[in-house]
Amino acid sequence: MAVKSNLTNMVLVLGITCLVCSALLGGAYALTKEPIDKAVVEKTNRAISQVLPAFSETAYKEVSSDGKTYHYYEATNGSSVVGYAIESTTVGFGGNLTLMVGVTPDGVVYNTSVLSQSETPGLGAKCNTDEKFMAQWKGFDPSSKILSVKKDGGDVDAITASTITSRAYTEAVKNALEAFKSLNNGGQSNE
Amino acid sequence: MEDKAMSNKLKLIGDGLVKNNPTFVLLLGMCPTLATTTSAINGLSMGLATLFVLVLSNMAISAIAPVVPDKVHIPVYIVVIATFVTLLQFLMQAYTPAMYETLGLFIPLIVVNCIVLGRAEAFANKHGVLESACDGLGVGLGFTCSLTVLGLVREILGSGSAFGFNFIGGHDGMLAFVMAPGAFLCLGYLMVLFNKFVKKN
Repeated sequence: MAVKSNLTNMVLVLGITCLVCSALLGGAYALTKEPIDKAVVEKTNRAISQVLPAFSETAYKEVSSDGKTYHYYEATNGSSVVGYAIESTTVGFGGNLTLMVGVTPDGVVYNTSVLSQSETPGLGAKCNTDEKFMAQWKGFDPSSKILSVKKDGGDVDAITASTITSRAYTEAVKNALEAFKSLNNGGQSNE
Repeated sequence: MEDKAMSNKLKLIGDGLVKNNPTFVLLLGMCPTLATTTSAINGLSMGLATLFVLVLSNMAISAIAPVVPDKVHIPVYIVVIATFVTLLQFLMQAYTPAMYETLGLFIPLIVVNCIVLGRAEAFANKHGVLESACDGLGVGLGFTCSLTVLGLVREILGSGSAFGFNFIGGHDGMLAFVMAPGAFLCLGYLMVLFNKFVKKN
């Protein structure tokens, strides 16, 4: 503590510290931006191939449904559309829950995958790992099953002790299906 | 002379692990301790992330301490610590995205982890760069070990698995241990065991 605490010293030291630190962070940001973006893209692509049948290419599009804008990827194999991977976000127990929902052209859910979640570890976070819960979304047909958790009179088996997360998950799938419908009704997708 | 300096540094690391163990003896940084130790892997990665910040911030602070006026030393230390934490966040996001996702929320909270500021205040600003690095390494390792053990115990009891390896099949564990009350219970019992063991020695 050799330096006196007068105004000049304090301003100088704080100023220089902040300057050096922000320069450092700016540099780090520039360096890591590319790998971070790459990781995000890779993750999205992995999610798309998980929730849809085999495809050769995807096209990124947007559609609005119920006042919200949904990002989705139209997957095609040759000239035929094999399905749509729709990103859908709802609020879970611990924050936003974002899913990738794969819907085939006949309106059946092909599969779902969690893009990001902040649910309670060991409870709601199981929506990402619980095999029984995840398996029921494969081939979920909204025309023959009711899309809400069993507690609310639907056909979805909730995760043990995580009804709120299960509801949010179901809601996200429901929203994605709504988006799918409005994308078919006239197909007014704004690319 | 050199031998003495060497053993002194080893002693600093050992102190951080046992005598000054941040979790079981000093009871510092309880927020990440209780919140992230739902599994052994989570505890381990949180410990390592803190270790990284602790070593670097200890070094940087011991280097700049002589020119920092007394009245602004806390803001300056916080800026330095926050810089390293954000740096770590960028690096994890870029190179270990899966780990970043599990710990995401708690990485920014390392800034306000009292262990980091506590070591800066209690040790780094009075000692040399190398000694401070050793102190940071010791305390960081102590934190990492405690968190891993706590995480392991909670994972075994709460989810019936260890380091992600499940050994009770499809059954549920004792859920309470994964949640907050279980964290307090486990921490309490581990603290008793630790103190008994250390006092005996």
